[in-house]
Amino acid sequence: MTDALSNLLAERDWLLADGATGTTLFNMGLSAGEAPELWNESQPERIRALHRGAVDAGSDIFLTNSFGANAARLKLHGAADRARALSRRAAELGREVADGAGRPVVVAGSVGPTGEILAPIGPLAHALAVEIFEETATGLKEGGADVLWLETISAPEEFRAAAEAFANVAMPWCGTMSFDTAGRTMMGVTSADLGRLVETLPNPPRAFGANCGTGASDLLRSVLGFAASGTERPIIAKGNAGIPRYEARQIRYDGTPALMADYAVMARDAGARIIGGCCGTTPEHLRAMRAALESRPAGPRPTLERIAGTLGAFSSERDGLGEDGPARLRRGGRRRG
Amino acid sequence: MAEDNPEDEIILSELDDAELVEQMFDDLYDGMKEEIEEGVRILLDRGWPPYRVLTEALVGGMKIVGEDFRDGILFVPEVLLAAGAMKGGMAILKPLLAETGAPTIGKMVIGTVKGDIHDIGKNLVSMMMEGAGFEVIDLGINNAVEAYLAAMEAEKPDILGMSALLTTTMPYMKVVIDTMVAQGLRDDTIVLVGGAPLNEDFGRAIGADAYCRDAAVAVETAKALIARRHNRAAAG
Repeated sequence: MTDALSNLLAERDWLLADGATGTTLFNMGLSAGEAPELWNESQPERIRALHRGAVDAGSDIFLTNSFGANAARLKLHGAADRARALSRRAAELGREVADGAGRPVVVAGSVGPTGEILAPIGPLAHALAVEIFEETATGLKEGGADVLWLETISAPEEFRAAAEAFANVAMPWCGTMSFDTAGRTMMGVTSADLGRLVETLPNPPRAFGANCGTGASDLLRSVLGFAASGTERPIIAKGNAGIPRYEARQIRYDGTPALMADYAVMARDAGARIIGGCCGTTPEHLRAMRAALESRPAGPRPTLERIAGTLGAFSSERDGLGEDGPARLRRGGRRRG
Repeated sequence: MAEDNPEDEIILSELDDAELVEQMFDDLYDGMKEEIEEGVRILLDRGWPPYRVLTEALVGGMKIVGEDFRDGILFVPEVLLAAGAMKGGMAILKPLLAETGAPTIGKMVIGTVKGDIHDIGKNLVSMMMEGAGFEVIDLGINNAVEAYLAAMEAEKPDILGMSALLTTTMPYMKVVIDTMVAQGLRDDTIVLVGGAPLNEDFGRAIGADAYCRDAAVAVETAKALIARRHNRAAAG
């Protein structure tokens, strides 16, 4: 386990990850509908600036601009055959910035979802999904990523397919899902389900957790769910800086740096070891988060009441854990298959 | 299991109409396509008009699925299965409905905006709207403003639905709405928007009629806004 992430995790109690990629690029002039990954070639200086923003704000880890650099998503921009090259370029740009940081900074190769539903409920075959992820992973590895970083996943099938691809390229990895639907992923996965899932993989991730979703409170509830499962594996918390609002022709998230600082400390106290932001999280937020993590002493695990009181209400009453939710009364027996 | 519990075996054709419709609600909920197709055929054989089969059995059943989806009891995989079962039934009914000139409660053009390939949520809305009796023209993913305008020109829908799953694509909805305003088309069509990063304020800020949190809410909102429009037309 001599990868850069494991080394840092062995030295430190918590690590600060980065913030938003999409929102930041958007504010740099990315237009709606444009593939951010194409900027790795056409606007490399802006991508370096994105990463430098995170590094200068104190991030120990940042994610490369390759979230959508897979064949399934790039095909819509007529670039399906560019997944590997754009991923490689993404990792190279990240490598340059990390190597110039003057301290150890982990380059995490972002791998986002294919955007398709995997078999058996959807059309994307497992083998093809593995192939798609492997192409992206290969490019990220070639470009010098320290670790691969699967994010915003909702289906267990897709999580497994990516893990298999990462094993094929022999790369360490981390993986997070988005719990945005009543405390579960859109496919119904609970935080406890993900905790169990990662342990069933032949190549489990170095760390796992939650990203994006619905606000900082919900994200911390997921972290509490991971922690309650008794996992020994480092937990990742990468929540959005509030919710998006449309102002002056731009998307702005309403979470303040002060709120994200509270979120970061509570994430650590809830059991997360890798803490960052997602959509709407700017370097200013990251700086406040870093300062809070360094200055505020560790506290007890926050209760749901304290989370809601500090960061705002949860989006749903339950998150699929604990007592059974409401069930539907049925007519009775039914033949099955 | 059927061998072990012979009394669990349900023969659809032996159920009376009310029991059969109840059973079809359960079968839709469980995503059992063949059973739904069989149920639709039985009801038609018993002389039910196609429109009644659609509204009482299929729309009624999908309403339960939609409510449990809205309430976080069912999730996308179950809803996709249910919608697949419903589509099986719809495939039988569609030609018959066309023959009998049955009414539709409204027409919707829907598509994911330019730059966005995500269509899981949009497909759910599309299926649930069909399940609720709407006619849906699905433009698929990655739609530029020209594609929306051409479809509205050709189809004259009551409703335009736009979906975006990324913070980088959601502002494109405003581009479409602004173009509709500029061309004087905005007032002709109800505009509904949805997608994971959106919220009510965003919908309002870009000038949509409503933001819909999920497919079930989209159906409820579409019905309410269409009813309001009819009332206004009647009053005017």
